Amino acid sequence: MSSAAHKSSETSQDLLLSLAGVTKRFGPLVANNAIDLTVHKGEIVALLGENGAGKTTLMNILFGHYVADEGTVTVAGRDGNLEQLEPGAPQAALDAGIGMVHQHFTLAENLTGLDNIVLGTEPIFRLRRDRSTARAKLGELMAGSGLNVDLDQPVHKLTVGEKQRVEILKALYRNARLLVLDEPTAVLTPQEADSLFAILRKLAATGLAVIIIAHKLAEVLAVSHRIAVLRGGAKVGEMKTSDANHKSIAELMVGREVPVSRRTPRAPGKPVITLADVTIDRGDSRRSLHGVNVTAREGEILGIAGVSGNGQAALAQLIAGLDKPDSGTVEIFGEKVTKFDAHTFAQNGIARIPEDRHHDGMVGSMTVAENIAIEDVRSPEYQKLGFLDFDAIRKRAEHAIADYDVRCPGPDAPARLLSGGNIQKLILARVLEKSPKLILANQPSRGLDVGAQSEVHRRLLEARQGGAAVILISEDLDELLTISDQIAVIHAGHITPAMPTDSIDRSELGLMMAGQKTAQHAPDGTTTTNPGETA
Amino acid sequence: MEIIDILLAASFWEAAIRIATPLIFGVLGALICERAGVLNLGIEGIFTAGAMAGWMAVWLGAGLWGGVLVAALAGGFFGLIHAILTVPLGLSQHVSGIGVTLLATSLSYFTYRTALPDVSSPPRIEPFRPLDIPFLSDLPFIGQALFSQTAMTMLALVLVFVTGWVLYRTPLGLAIRAVGDNPSSVEAQGLSVYGLRIGAVVVGSSLMALGGAFLTMSAFDAFFFGMINGRGWVCIALTVFASWRPGKALIGALLFGAFDAFQVRLQTEVGAFLPSQVFLMMPYILSIIALIVVARKADYPKALLVPWFKGQR
Repeated sequence: MSSAAHKSSETSQDLLLSLAGVTKRFGPLVANNAIDLTVHKGEIVALLGENGAGKTTLMNILFGHYVADEGTVTVAGRDGNLEQLEPGAPQAALDAGIGMVHQHFTLAENLTGLDNIVLGTEPIFRLRRDRSTARAKLGELMAGSGLNVDLDQPVHKLTVGEKQRVEILKALYRNARLLVLDEPTAVLTPQEADSLFAILRKLAATGLAVIIIAHKLAEVLAVSHRIAVLRGGAKVGEMKTSDANHKSIAELMVGREVPVSRRTPRAPGKPVITLADVTIDRGDSRRSLHGVNVTAREGEILGIAGVSGNGQAALAQLIAGLDKPDSGTVEIFGEKVTKFDAHTFAQNGIARIPEDRHHDGMVGSMTVAENIAIEDVRSPEYQKLGFLDFDAIRKRAEHAIADYDVRCPGPDAPARLLSGGNIQKLILARVLEKSPKLILANQPSRGLDVGAQSEVHRRLLEARQGGAAVILISEDLDELLTISDQIAVIHAGHITPAMPTDSIDRSELGLMMAGQKTAQHAPDGTTTTNPGETA
Repeated sequence: MEIIDILLAASFWEAAIRIATPLIFGVLGALICERAGVLNLGIEGIFTAGAMAGWMAVWLGAGLWGGVLVAALAGGFFGLIHAILTVPLGLSQHVSGIGVTLLATSLSYFTYRTALPDVSSPPRIEPFRPLDIPFLSDLPFIGQALFSQTAMTMLALVLVFVTGWVLYRTPLGLAIRAVGDNPSSVEAQGLSVYGLRIGAVVVGSSLMALGGAFLTMSAFDAFFFGMINGRGWVCIALTVFASWRPGKALIGALLFGAFDAFQVRLQTEVGAFLPSQVFLMMPYILSIIALIVVARKADYPKALLVPWFKGQR
């Protein structure tokens, strides 16, 4: 691996930020180990690394949320002189022109975009607010950058992409010279991501420096000038983007070869669950479905692509037996379902990997073993004379921990101590060990790093191979295109007919997710897309 | 029709506004706290403390407005206790609020008994007099209903406007509304979440205490046990009814005042048929019904009841 240090072609005049030998320890854990990083004016730097590699810690030090144990943070002042940034002072970072766009937006949803941007920028004890000056300045910023958004709308009415624009404007309004974006594309459709990248390039051309924290490689390769890779708290490589390739960076991040998941051809079996013309109207597009037809077959992964908040939650609730349709029918193995409750559905072999794994997937205060047994406490396997058989439960947990490589102190540790990736493995162990007939996987790899992600994919493919039907609800196109046999798109509560993955064009899929293009069901039963509706 | 006659009498509306006054103070106070994200169930005790402190200050020789100031300070003090427990320490707002109510109530009674160990009937003070504004007070109907109230009622009405202005027209109000919805938005912009929340709770509690002070210094002229009689709790409900807006808070308080004034008059008209307790229940039952109708779509401040800690993402 050639990871030669980046030779800057810019003069030191352009140097904006320099982190030198930054080290941060939390007890015995070294979160950052002597990290050096420089950023120049007009440069887009991608900071790559798996979860726990130390990206967030490093940025928290930059922002003064943490104080580094060793090392210095130097920022070029507006007059060009390099000055050391006062450690542990967020206000100093703001004043130095460092702006941050967090993954979870820091916007007050009841206020308008304008109010959110102006908040805290004027003296607080004044009888009136001056919005006209702010409006004028923002008008200029929006015209110059292409960050268009209706600033008079309350934030809760904006789309995720628009909220992100408000966040970026917030930083620019404060005259940010360095913009740090934490996982900016995690919540965007591919089109929104492309438009974000176009804006970032435009901003960089005017001299703004950008750091993008990411773990999706393809995007980073598309937008950045330079890539720095962190692993285990240390910088393990830095290269120009033009010298980098996908595979080598992935290996640098993970530290070993990443197994690539591939589908092996397999003929689908009989339908496991069939939704026919199902409508659930809850008056809110996030929780409603309109005349939906979905069929999941044995040995087949059906991907449901869509930007979150388009009815996925309603679909997941329905398939888990937690909700019942207003109209339309649900059939499991050809039999019409009359009783909608979670227990009946589970009895029928339907297992779920919930979207919010911390909240719906486990009980944090219970032990790992209890969490594994939690869905089957009624099964005789875990009972002895009507009481829970904790020996059997613990034994099962020990197997699961070993088989699924769950990193935890042991079966008796409280589950909340586990990291996101290990919680997901725990849930996989619980779900797959029952040999389910249908697996409802809702955003199964969201927020997981490359290694854990490929493990999830491998397990799902294994289950498919064993004859299970899988419904994979995801926003991640790479994931959908890699492991699904068929893909349907969900938008505003409508679901398109399923299309074979091999026939799908990536950018069309993105347009359909954004609702700008619809799939049509041709009379002969095959699926075609309608190019006429592309805006 | 007796009912129409009741509703058309200026004396009825005079009573309604008078009964509404302490509630206006209370709802405004509760609303400011909750807009910043802190539920203040100390309100019932803070009412008591304000009633006691204001009245006692006047009884000890302070002027009437001096008494109002002392009441506000007492309210602010108990508000500060609640704020410290719930904001930087992040304790349960319910538990802390009930605790403050118990503490403030008992301390008020204790002080009263310690200062006046031997009295059987509470000593009286010279309370606020009804205003006599030239011209305005002589207007038909409205002169009696509105312009012959006491100065504290006028203060309450002015405060509705001031609170609305601060919340919606000033940078401070913007920050308070933001901190009650998403504290991180405030922190990310370099403002102090703790400072804003503590300040809002202290100021809000001072207003609540004025509601109590109105009772002992304007509506009546003495302090006696149990006189708050659930008015604080009514304010908590009215805050939801008002959707956390000062203008609607005024309407809610006036509605409650009108119900209460109405039931007293109805009792004298048709009292022979029904026990008096039925009439006493009326304003509360009607408030509950109004709440059910309005509050189903209540848009709670999103960070209400949620403690926030520095450095938390």
